[in-house]
Amino acid sequence: MKPAPFDYVRPIDVAAASAALAQDRITTAAIAGGQSLLPMLNLRVALIDLLVDIGRIEELEAVGETADTLHLGALTTHAAIEDGKVPDPFNGLLRRVAGQISYRAVRNHGTLGGSLALADPAADWPGCLMAVGAKVRIGGRNDTRTEPVADFIRDAYSTSLEAGELILGFELPRPQAKLRWGFAKVARKSGAFADSIAFVVAHGKAGPATAVLAAAASRPCVMSAVADEVKTGSVSEERLRATIATELAAKVPDADGYQRRLHTATLLRAIREMERQ
Amino acid sequence: MINVTIELNGEKVAHAIEPRESLADFVRERCGLTATHLGCEHGACGACTLLVDGEPTRACLMLAAMCDGRSVATLEGLRQDPAVEVLRRHFHQSHAVQCGFCTPGMLISARDILRRFRAPDERTIRHELSGQICRCTGYAGIVKAILAAGQELAGAKK
Repeated sequence: MKPAPFDYVRPIDVAAASAALAQDRITTAAIAGGQSLLPMLNLRVALIDLLVDIGRIEELEAVGETADTLHLGALTTHAAIEDGKVPDPFNGLLRRVAGQISYRAVRNHGTLGGSLALADPAADWPGCLMAVGAKVRIGGRNDTRTEPVADFIRDAYSTSLEAGELILGFELPRPQAKLRWGFAKVARKSGAFADSIAFVVAHGKAGPATAVLAAAASRPCVMSAVADEVKTGSVSEERLRATIATELAAKVPDADGYQRRLHTATLLRAIREMERQ
Repeated sequence: MINVTIELNGEKVAHAIEPRESLADFVRERCGLTATHLGCEHGACGACTLLVDGEPTRACLMLAAMCDGRSVATLEGLRQDPAVEVLRRHFHQSHAVQCGFCTPGMLISARDILRRFRAPDERTIRHELSGQICRCTGYAGIVKAILAAGQELAGAKK
C-alpha cells in the first residue's frame, strides 16, 4: 500500500502554488491535510506527477468575521471547528457537523477546503455549506472569484476549479435570526462515509428555511418543497412523508426502496431536531 | 530526493527521502522506531497513530515531507508521559492487551481522549475510540482501562 512515485513542492504563497498546479503535460494535485488524497494515492486510484503542498500558505489559514459574514480559510481543520477555535454563528451547527466527520486523527488534519475541492457526494461539508448559503472564494492565475457552493459543486468529484486555481476560503453569511437547525446522518459505522445526510435550517421562527440531502445523489440536493413545508410551522408526519416522497422521486430517481426509507428517515430526524430548537 | 528535518521524540533527525515516503515508514524503517505499527496503510485501522505537533495523526496518511520542520512523537517518546504511565498500568490490570498490534495506537488515542475529556464515560470513550481497530476484538478491556485511567487522572487533578 505505497503510492507510486511523485514529485513534491511546498510553495509559500498562492501565486507560486497556482503556477505549480497549472503546469502543462503533467498531472498535478494540491494537498493540504491529505486525509482523502493520501488514501487515494496509497490505493493508487489517484496517480499524480506533482503534489503541491499548500498546507503552509498563511493566506489560506485566515479566519475573520465582519458584521454579516464569517470568513473561514481553506485550511481550517475539522478539529478546529469541532473545538470551537473558530466562530460558529450558526448556533453550533458547524461544531456538530465537524465532530462527526471520520475520526479525530483525521479531523486534526482534514480541511474544509480539501473537503469541498474533492466534492465527494457523501461528504458532510458540501451539503452543510449549501444549507447555510456559503460561497467559495477561489484564487489562482486569474482574478479572485466568488461562487455559491451550490454552483461550485458540479457533480461527483467535480467542481468548477480550473487548472491553476485553488480554494482560498469560504464566506458564510450570518443567519438573519437565531439559526434553528437539524442534522441527521446514517453511516454503517461511526466515522465511515455516510449513506444519507440531511441538513434542515431555519432562520428564526418564521424566517426562510433550507433543506439539503447529501450522500443521496452525485451532489447534494436542495429539497425546496420539504423546506417550504417546514417553514409553515408544525406539519403532520403524514404530510411531510408525502412531500419527501414526491421530492425524492424527482431528485433522487435512482434510489431503491431502502435508500428512499433511509433518506426519509434522516430528513424527518433533521426536521424534528430543528423544530425542537 | 528531498531533504527533511523532523524533531522526532525531541531530537532533530535529517534525511534525504523520496517524496512518497510516509511518516510511518520514516519513523519505522529510517529511524528504527517500531512502536508505530502499520495495519491497513490507508487510514482505516488506526494502528499507526502517533503525534504530529502534539495532535494524534495517522502516520500512513501523512508524508514525511509534509512534516519537515514539525515535531513528531511516537510511543517511544512518551515513556515518561504521566498520562501514558497511568494508561499503561490500567491496560495491564484490565487485560487490555491481547496480541498487542493495536496497542500503541490505542494508547496514543486514549491519551488524547483523556486530554480532551475529563473522566469520560463509556459512551464517549467508545465513540472517540471508534477509529482504532482491535482485530482481537478486545474492546471491553481497552474501554475499561481507559475509563479507570480517566477517573484516576481526574482524581489526581482535583
